[in-house]
Amino acid sequence: MAEIKTEEMVLNMGPHHPSTHGVLRFILKTDGEIVHECLPDVGYLHRSIEKIGELMTFQGFVPYTDRVDYVASMNSNLAYCTAVEKLAGIEVPRRAEFLRILVCELNRISSHLIAVGALAMDVGAVTPFPYALRERERINDLLEEVCGARLTYNYIWIGGVSFDATPGWLDKILHFVETFENIIPEFNRLISGNKIFVERLRDVAIVPREMAIDYSLSGPNLRASGVDWDLRRDEPYSIYPELEFDVPLGHGECGTVGDSYDRFIVRVREMEQSCRILRQCIAKFPHDQPDFRAKVKTVKPPPGEVFVRTEAPRGEQGYYLISDGTAKASRVRIRTGSFTAMAIIEEIAVGCMIADVIAIIASLDVVAPEIDR
Amino acid sequence: MTPEEIHSLLAETFPDDVLAWDPSAKDPFVVIRPDGTPGVMRFLKEDPRTAFDFLDNLSGVDLGERLCVVYHLFSFAHRHRFVVKVEARRDDPRVPTAALIWRGARWFEREAYDLIGIQFVGHPDLRRIMLPDDWEGHPLRKDYVYPTHYAGIDNRREYD
Repeated sequence: MAEIKTEEMVLNMGPHHPSTHGVLRFILKTDGEIVHECLPDVGYLHRSIEKIGELMTFQGFVPYTDRVDYVASMNSNLAYCTAVEKLAGIEVPRRAEFLRILVCELNRISSHLIAVGALAMDVGAVTPFPYALRERERINDLLEEVCGARLTYNYIWIGGVSFDATPGWLDKILHFVETFENIIPEFNRLISGNKIFVERLRDVAIVPREMAIDYSLSGPNLRASGVDWDLRRDEPYSIYPELEFDVPLGHGECGTVGDSYDRFIVRVREMEQSCRILRQCIAKFPHDQPDFRAKVKTVKPPPGEVFVRTEAPRGEQGYYLISDGTAKASRVRIRTGSFTAMAIIEEIAVGCMIADVIAIIASLDVVAPEIDR
Repeated sequence: MTPEEIHSLLAETFPDDVLAWDPSAKDPFVVIRPDGTPGVMRFLKEDPRTAFDFLDNLSGVDLGERLCVVYHLFSFAHRHRFVVKVEARRDDPRVPTAALIWRGARWFEREAYDLIGIQFVGHPDLRRIMLPDDWEGHPLRKDYVYPTHYAGIDNRREYD
């Protein structure tokens, strides 16, 4: 068949677009429905958090880390505080470690609920999203009870946490876990096996193992490509060495390893594992140790530098801190999972349909403030 | 391999390029000559003993007299980590790119160029990433002066 010459069209997607998960812009060069070139344009949410980190004291910067990834602020808090504690050599009370992991895993579930719910909605299945949000509301209630906030928590402080658990809070988490473990199969019946949904995601934007590593992908996106790596298990911090959980990997069960469906299903499975972690944290909770915050005055770490990486819901969140011995950091560098996930879209979107670009963005679970910082 | 072993391997293979070594740091690091970057990085990635296939993080740092690029490397095969630093002159901050070795470096380097102003020689697409294309200066430098105008608009506020 003779090749039909068609005109290349430049399509501007975003910055305000319902499927771009924040303020993101893509410049697509398309031939009909096929994408020839996809240029992500980021920076709309750039607030120069790294510069703010140099101007604030170590403690004063904690609330700003909430805004690095506001869908999972607890995990951002934890990453920063762990880095400062390692730099300054601060010991965290055991009760605080448990409270930290409890809120972080709750936040991981709520973040993954947004990810899988929004992915379903972006590819056309609107119903699962309210179901996901309904569960997320219950987590928000739990987190509100312990720290007073529903989105930017500022709960984890250097040396511990800001408040102790309220009476009965652990029982409420247990009750949530018990019901939520039944919600996941319900969610799977609703969408995960749905033929139309699977067809929209399987074999779309395959990221092979080597490519994922080459692009510095991390977290669920990396595991979906079959790389067996989870910082909670392989470079453990806090109390993770005492906890038992599996690391779900992408197997290509509906298509090829590393396709968009694998990135979806890995997140669903991670929620199950987070429930397991929550149960163990509640069972092992040190009721007899009342300390939940170390006595920390102005933090002045000795001159030096440290790079600490933690497993946040969107992949590796690492803080590279340089201290010159004063109460302010001389450099705060934040490495986030969304940033590297965004970089790969430039390559994997080529040759896809325009509608697939939306599935790619949602399956990589990028959050714009975490890219731009 | 431990950082010490990786350092001695590098010092053996690239005696001219390894400038300094700090084993006392929390994450021990090696400082290499800017011109030696491509060779050292390719060796670190491709040699089976080191096999650093994962560029974990790339940061630009303003050290005052010099600008510095910090590479945090990780290997999935051996599960070891290593830190490499490259220092460039402030008046001519050129560092060879690592984007041809790890594709993940492309965006990391664009960010370091945008915010610190390091010129990555040989980078395929070195544009600003966070800030608008017409932005002046590099905000994460220590001597950055906050602008009073953007695109002709005064952003100062007057308080009475």
